[in-house]
Parts: sequence; structure tokens; C-alpha cells
Amino acid sequence: MTSSLETAAHTDKLRRVAIDPVSRVEGHGKVTILLDENNQVQQVRLHIVEFRGFEKFIEGRPYWEVPVMVQRLCGICPVSHNLAASKALDIIVGARQLTPTAEKIRRLMHYGQMLQSHALHLYYLSSPDLLFGFDSAIAQRNIVGIAQRYPDAARRGILLRKYGQEIIRITSGKRVHGTGAVPGGVNKSISLEERALLQKDIDEIVLWGLDSVRMVKDLHRQNPALYDNFGSFRCGMMSLAGKDGALDFYDGTLRVRDDQGALLFDGIDDQHYESLIQEEVKPWTYMKFPYLTSIGSEHGWYRVGPLSRIQNCDFIPSPLAEQERQEFIAWSDGPMHAPLAYHWTRMIELLHAAEAIRALLDDPDLVGDDLLAKGMRVHEGVGVLEAPRGTLIHHYRVDDNDLVTMCNLIVSTTHNNQAMNHAIRSVARQYLNGREITEGLLNHIEVAIRAFDPCLSCATHALGKMALVAELVDAEGRLVHSLSRH
Amino acid sequence: MRAPTLIIGYGNPSRGDDALGPTAIAAIERRMTPDTGSGQIEIVTDFQLQIEFVTDLAERQCIVFIDAASSGAAPFSFGALAAQTEAGTTTHAMSPASLLAVYRSFYGVDAPPSFLLGIRAYDFELGAPLSPGAQHNLEAALAMLEPWLMAYGQEVPCHA
Repeated sequence: MTSSLETAAHTDKLRRVAIDPVSRVEGHGKVTILLDENNQVQQVRLHIVEFRGFEKFIEGRPYWEVPVMVQRLCGICPVSHNLAASKALDIIVGARQLTPTAEKIRRLMHYGQMLQSHALHLYYLSSPDLLFGFDSAIAQRNIVGIAQRYPDAARRGILLRKYGQEIIRITSGKRVHGTGAVPGGVNKSISLEERALLQKDIDEIVLWGLDSVRMVKDLHRQNPALYDNFGSFRCGMMSLAGKDGALDFYDGTLRVRDDQGALLFDGIDDQHYESLIQEEVKPWTYMKFPYLTSIGSEHGWYRVGPLSRIQNCDFIPSPLAEQERQEFIAWSDGPMHAPLAYHWTRMIELLHAAEAIRALLDDPDLVGDDLLAKGMRVHEGVGVLEAPRGTLIHHYRVDDNDLVTMCNLIVSTTHNNQAMNHAIRSVARQYLNGREITEGLLNHIEVAIRAFDPCLSCATHALGKMALVAELVDAEGRLVHSLSRH
Repeated sequence: MRAPTLIIGYGNPSRGDDALGPTAIAAIERRMTPDTGSGQIEIVTDFQLQIEFVTDLAERQCIVFIDAASSGAAPFSFGALAAQTEAGTTTHAMSPASLLAVYRSFYGVDAPPSFLLGIRAYDFELGAPLSPGAQHNLEAALAMLEPWLMAYGQEVPCHA
């Protein structure tokens, strides 16, 4: 049971190893590992030691400012926050049904976001670990090392990112801080020239999506003992499911499967998310622990993100990605729980995003001019979508003066809090027990965390950079060894 | 024909002095004249530097990165940048030096001459405006940068 490593007895007699992200503005995250005198792992925790309340920053503002303001939560997925806030505020302005142009522009923007975020994660953050090895030379384990050894992969990553960012620029009107999605719809569609610009490269983008899936799939084939087991633990899976159970990043109802793959909940209206989940607070971290209310906090936690979405949906509504999904499902006997399989499923989603973009670009509604819908104004709305890292919930109440009186945000990284803790406990038990701690071994912990693609900016509702300092401190609190990276 | 000089100011506009980069860009945009702007200078702002920025750097006369500096000299430091690979990667964002290293790998040549203007910052509180000290430092930095851009190609002032 990896969960037994949450809290150790007699911590005063244990050695402490900390992997400590420090920065000037980011919420402060840290991994601590307590070892006994025989280097046996006794306690492992991923915790957040600083919190800045973004919700309070939003409360008191006019609701129409919110879709722009929430983008300042995160430099990686501002579009996801823009869209989730807009979806919640659609409800408040009575626009439960958007115009076809508005919905398709938003979807295009969201697919662009998914494409660029997933490309960044694989090619920039994770490929050095995956292609060179978790404990390979640290001087090589970075994007420059990848560019030197695997130039085609590095080039693919950069240009996939750039294409996704170009979609965001065109649909939101600006490269950053865009105002594309607004309560009730969008404030612009795209021109024929912009559409032609995006169509020019999309076939190559789809091919690169296929290459990306193959690259990760091959890693599983070459080393299934590692990729299908590293840091593995069992839990339920939550995501939105679209019409007829389709994979849908933008809209749908909430679906939860248990660790065997059986449906626990399905068709839950996103406006009623509070009937499905609650959040637990623990004294050693500021990041909350969501769980399924009806099951309770001990067994009701779950994971979100690509690994859940691909196994939660019934099909992917694009042919190449659906073929890859079927191959992924057939790979394991029952649900796949290994964190490294996040990479495989993430690339299937990247491929789907590319295919969906290609299909959307042929849709005449994209260049339409019916942009806004409205209806009966209400005081409360919830917006839920599948952000690159998982389910993202925005919940607002607005008064008669149009000011936000309540804001609640549950981000993907928070949903995955317990899951990430279990992953690093599993890795610590597998790799650290009884061994001298090295940078390479500590990187195994980071590899497990990185598989979830967490965003501490989002989770702590702060923004910034995240350097790491790892310190080994003895039972008397003396610094024995220190590793750092920036 | 070379692409215009590129100025990239980055940071979060809602995090107190972290807004120094975007605020500097806004000020430069306001001050652009036919002599300093329109074809000779291009400006970009973002929350943080990302890997695809390498494609913005190609064939520039020069590149100036503007960021808030949480430590170091006040009112600002300014100097040439060299490509440098970061050991290990734990964040989605990149440093300017790392971006230049990726550029070299991507294009097979060194990036155009690049400079970092680090404006000393003090307070990164959510929702806070620029602190008085940061505001003062910003004005000093812009007072240096404007004539420097006009005279680029001559000796580079360094206040580090």
C-alpha cells in the first residue's frame, strides 16, 4: 500500500530529503521524503507551502472582465481559463446555446490550445527523460540535448507549438491576453485569409501528430516493464464525456469510472458538479484533495487528464486518433494506471486535436458573423471543460450590479493532487528504498510528477517559474547534500 | 533585408512588479515614432518565454529581452546575453539564455545579438500595481533604452 507513506510515525528519527521548487512568484511546491537510518522510505509528500487566492482577486470585479482576468492565472493554459470562465458566464447571461459560429470558434481555439500545450509537454519537458533516460547525464537531459541528438523531434515540437499558438492568435485576436471568448459567444470570427493561412500547414501538423503518437508508443513497446509499471497505482478516472460518449474537450457531462473501468457516474450535469465532488483540506499542504462525495475521501479520489479521458470515452470522433485509442486500449489487460501512459494518451489527444482542427477549418460557420447569443440573466453559472491537464471547473455568482460575489476554481492539478502523491510514493518505494540518494534517483520522482504535467501556477493560483532545489538533511537538521537546478 | 529589432517584454501584468516587462513594452509602443518604430522595431509581450519564440528571433538586427529582476542591481542591469543550456527542466517557461541555446540547435547558427534588460523589482503581490521603486526603475531603464536603440551598433552601455 503506497498510501501508508503519507504519514510516518516518529518523524524525529528520520532523515529528510526535499525537492523544493522555489521561485519569486510561483506558488511554492515541494516534495519531501523521510528516510530512516537504513535509507528506507517512511514518508513521501507532494505539498504546496504557499497559496495566493486568485478567487479573491476576481471577486468584486464586473463579470465581463473575468474571461480576460483569469488568463493571468497561467502562462501555459490561459485559453483554458478564458473558455471555462466564458462558459460559466454564458449561463449567467442566459446564453445556454451559443451560435454555431461562436461555438466553433471557441472549439478551434481550444483545440489549438490542446495542440500547443501537449506538444510543449512532450518535446520540451518530458522527451529528455524519455529519450535519454531518467538518470542520464543532467547536462544532456534538456531540450538542447534533444535538438542535438534528435533534431527532427525538436523541430516538430517547436513547430507544433507555433501552429497551436497561431490558432490562438487568430481566434482570440491577440498573441496573449486575447479577448476572443466573451460571455455569450465570441467577439470575432476568422477571415477567409486567416483560414487559408491555417489550412496551409494542417496536413503536415496531422502527420506530426501521428509521428508523436508513434514515438511514445514505441517507448512502451521497447520497454513495457518500465513504461507499464513505473509509479503505477490504481484509482478511478473522471472527465467530461461528450455526446454518445465521445471524447470532447470543450463540453459534455461528467463521467467517472472506477479502477476496474466500470462506470460509477455518468451524465452528471456540469452545473451540479458540487453534488459529485468535495474537497478535503490536509494540514501539511495548501493544495486541496478533491474526492467523490458518495465514496468519501479515503477511497473516492481519482485522476484526471489524458489518461482518464482516453479510457473514459467510448470513442474519439476522428479516425486516426480513434485507431490509436483502440490500439492503446488493447495494449493492457484492463485499465492502464501507469503514470507514464499519460504521455501515450496525451499524444493521441494531440493527434485528435490536429484532426479536429483540420475538419473545423472546412466548416463555413467559422467565417460567419453571428457571434453572440443572450437570454434570461441569472446569478450563478458553472463552466467545465477539459483543459490539457484535465477537468477545469469555474464557478461564479454575480449580483444585480454585475459584480462577482463568489468565485471557485478547481483546476486539473488539484484534481490530481492525491494521484500525484500516490505516484511519487510508488516510485519512492520502487527506486529509493535502501539506496544512496542521487540526482538521477530524485529525477525519478520528478519524472512521475511530470507525467501528470502539473501546473503549480494554476494549482496555487499564482504564476511564475519553478526552479528546483533538492536538499538532503540529516535527523539533526544538518544539510548533508544539495542539488539545484533553475 | 534584416527583420526589425525585436523587443520582448514578459511577465504577469497582475503580479505587482512582475508587470515590468509588459509595462515597458506598452511604454515603448506609446513612444514609438516614425524614427523608432514602424518597421525598425517590433514588440512582443507574453507571460513567459516559450520554446516557439525561437522562430521570432531569426534574422533580427538585434533582440532585447525585458524582464523584472527580483535581485541584482537597481535601477536596472543591461548587457549582452550568451546562449546557455539549463541543466534539467522543471518549468514550462524558459530563460532568454536557454532560448538562445535552443535557437543555435534549431537553426545551426548563433542567434542575432541579444541583450537582457533586467529592471529591478521588489513586490510580486497578486493584484498590486507597480511599486514606487519599480516605477522609478522602469523610467530609468526606458531613458537608457530609447537612445541605445536609436544608436544600436555603437558601444553597448552596461549598468550591471
